[in-house]
Amino acid sequence: MAPSLSDIMTPDAAALAKAAGGEGRAPLGATGAALDLFVGLTRLGDNTLILGHRVSEWCGHAPVLEEDIALANMALDLIGQTQLWLGLAAAVEGAGRDADALAFRRDVWDFRNLLLVERPNGDFGQTLMRQFLFDAWHQPMLAALEGSNDPRIAEIAAKAGKEVAYHVERSADLVIRLGDGTEESHRRMQAALNALWPYAGEMFLGDAVDARLAEAGVMPAPESLRAPWEATVSAVLAEATLQRPAGTFAHKGGKQGRHSEHLGHLLTQMQWLQRAYPDARW
Amino acid sequence: MSNEWPLWEVFIRGQHGLNHRHVGSLHAPDAELALRHARDVYTRRNEGVSIWVVPSAQITASAPSDKGPLFEPSNAKVYRHPTFYDIPDDVGHM
Repeated sequence: MAPSLSDIMTPDAAALAKAAGGEGRAPLGATGAALDLFVGLTRLGDNTLILGHRVSEWCGHAPVLEEDIALANMALDLIGQTQLWLGLAAAVEGAGRDADALAFRRDVWDFRNLLLVERPNGDFGQTLMRQFLFDAWHQPMLAALEGSNDPRIAEIAAKAGKEVAYHVERSADLVIRLGDGTEESHRRMQAALNALWPYAGEMFLGDAVDARLAEAGVMPAPESLRAPWEATVSAVLAEATLQRPAGTFAHKGGKQGRHSEHLGHLLTQMQWLQRAYPDARW
Repeated sequence: MSNEWPLWEVFIRGQHGLNHRHVGSLHAPDAELALRHARDVYTRRNEGVSIWVVPSAQITASAPSDKGPLFEPSNAKVYRHPTFYDIPDDVGHM
């Protein structure tokens, strides 16, 4: 029996789907350290995939042509990084899947992206603030990954790091310009910051998988990225004349596959073609 | 709105040793953003190693209606082209 709508967000929805003949929560081929690595890599690749898709939703809709192209460039950077991370994840899993299969054939509970990146675009201010909060984390994350003792990871991080250095420069600059801009732009940026702030904390929450990957020198411990993130965010918010929200509450669960309703809607758009016409190619 | 932003002309140097070449124009509120927009709009396919942006309003252009007086007189002055010399075969292609 297929899961009813009310079951989708319950913890055993995956089991229900599996019983109904779906794949369920299933990294198929990997166990032990390889499974940890697979999970860590899909976390990286799912972040860039979902944020890349979100940013691509602006294509043709941005306020000015120049920003439209800049956003599309950034979306393409992120999707390009996704191909590398998920490609490596699929190789590590060794179950005959590839990056496309991971991107287009997994269901919502098998995605491990941060809740932050699946937030809807909202207005331009919300899109920019989400990007900035993510970029300020993404940059030190990639810098740390360049020191990974897995050379495949270090290599991908070095390539992505150059792209992300530009992303953070751009998003920080725009947050400052709009935060310290007109009354209207300031109001929108502050509203965006307040709305997204509770989704920032998940970036620094580690679980057992993170701990084992950090212990093995493969990926940094999430907590270790808070200091560099704080430094960037504090400096930019101050210059943007934006008030840092006081709350420390953090929504969490995305990294473990527990998502907000928004991700499912995103996947129906993103995965539609491969679901309707499996293995369709250009 | 984009029409509130001034227009900038974009020049890109394709590789070291070549000249900057005019590639197009764009709108931006200031020079810094004009440079960034130029990077995003005009170097997506690895076109450049250097970008110049110039406010379009700062460019003084010749008037199309002056084309005759400005350029036609040189048409008839073939002796200004270095085509009246015998080039020794040893020199090769010039």
